[in-house]
Amino acid sequence: MKKEKDDVYGDHISHQFNDDLSALKSDFLKMGGMVEEQLNNAVIALIDSDGNLADEVRAKDKVVDRLEIELDEEATRIIARRQPAARDLRLVISVIKMVADLERVGDEAKKIAKFALSLAAEGQAPRGYVEVRHIANLVSVMLNDALDAFARLDSEQALRIMKEDKRVDEEYQAATRTLVTFMMEDARNISRCMSVMWVLRALERVGDHACNLAEHVIFMVKGEDVRHTPVEEAEKIVGR
Amino acid sequence: MNTMNPNIVNETATTETRAVSAADTDISHADNGYGETVGKPFTDNPKFALRDVEVYYGDTQAIKGISLDIRKNQVISFIGPSGCGKSTFLRCLNRMNDSIDSCRVKGRLELDGQDIYDRKRDVVELRARVGMVFQKPNPFPKSIYDNVAYGPRIHGLANRKSELDDIVENSLKKAGLWAEVKDRLDSPGTGLSGGQQQRLCIARAIAVSPEVVLMDEPCSALDPIATARIEELISELSESYTIIIVTHSMQQAARVSHRTAYFHLGHLIEVNETNKVFTSPQHELTESYITGRFG
Repeated sequence: MKKEKDDVYGDHISHQFNDDLSALKSDFLKMGGMVEEQLNNAVIALIDSDGNLADEVRAKDKVVDRLEIELDEEATRIIARRQPAARDLRLVISVIKMVADLERVGDEAKKIAKFALSLAAEGQAPRGYVEVRHIANLVSVMLNDALDAFARLDSEQALRIMKEDKRVDEEYQAATRTLVTFMMEDARNISRCMSVMWVLRALERVGDHACNLAEHVIFMVKGEDVRHTPVEEAEKIVGR
Repeated sequence: MNTMNPNIVNETATTETRAVSAADTDISHADNGYGETVGKPFTDNPKFALRDVEVYYGDTQAIKGISLDIRKNQVISFIGPSGCGKSTFLRCLNRMNDSIDSCRVKGRLELDGQDIYDRKRDVVELRARVGMVFQKPNPFPKSIYDNVAYGPRIHGLANRKSELDDIVENSLKKAGLWAEVKDRLDSPGTGLSGGQQQRLCIARAIAVSPEVVLMDEPCSALDPIATARIEELISELSESYTIIIVTHSMQQAARVSHRTAYFHLGHLIEVNETNKVFTSPQHELTESYITGRFG
């Protein structure tokens, strides 16, 4: 198995090109870190019924949006000025696409924060929060791992994330069934349970976005597009 | 074999340059330190089939065992750092290296299944089939008309003046120059702009109806607009000709060619579809070169 170099974006004849690509990479990771924080804070706000924290998350989404635009501009500038090829090109293209995924994760966090506020306002005993906490942990680790895989160009880790997404889907199904039983037990639970369902749905989407990030990491490293391909196929590509 | 044009007597092929058959070249290529060529060097329907080609200038080996097919009616680019042998290799294909005394070519080089370096092969006929355009536009110090008519005249392709006129007009049209020069065909070719001169040279090359056009950095002396015209022309010509282009501009290779071959120190490192080479090259040397990590 070929070992990935530590800093594969270095060593250009043009130092400025090196700097441009490293800046793109680190700005992307900065945005990733911020989105991770948004997600975690939104979940804490929900579980702790912390309205202030939920407000903070909703406000900070604007910063995430701005970073998306900045990163797209940065990537466009590199294409216009440097005409990157091969792995440089794959980095730039992947960043453009992954930035969109990160922004969507940010939106899901904002959505969770919104439900945190309405659920806190109702102020009843939490139903389904165990499931929320559980799935939130899963997808938060996935997101973190995906960013890690990007930073280290680790296609094997990316592959593990792709596999993990299946588990999230299963947990989501199970949680949905649990919430349906709560609703059947007492019709007064329905409104609250529906809100929690939406939160679970948002978390499941975050898992999908993390999975997209992982697919782009494999494209960056291996040069093969593994979107819409079965995991077994992706496994072969990564193993090459 | 080599009886394609029986009217031409084969006497010109007795130069210092000679080719030996594949059986004579038992030198191992595996130990060159660069391994085998990666990607897809061989194709179906090859115009050129080149096997174990080696070129020496005196004692210096410039091409170190290259095997490659060049597909019919496709554009292939040769890229690589200076001195990697891409021009030398290109010049083997119509025996331009014959004019260099110290140059020896080994291996098997076939055009449509026939040995290019066969001793009975008529070089003039070969070069009529395999035309060439050089880096610097080099029109003859003659009129625009005569520049294009020169080849058809010496090859006896036109019996009447009107036939020759047609050839000149068609060639200039194919080269995208007709509209600009049709009113001044008698003015000297050297009076045209650089881009026009290069298109004139392309018209001159295609006037003898070649099957292959070799281009050695055809745009390196031209401005971006003239370059764009020539590139446009290359894609049009590729419908009826096989085109092999040596270029220092990787963007140009990416734009015009179907396949790209990367050369390094006399070795053919990688050949593949251009899209593949520029998005995910397989060899690390190719990757380094096209991403600008060394040059």
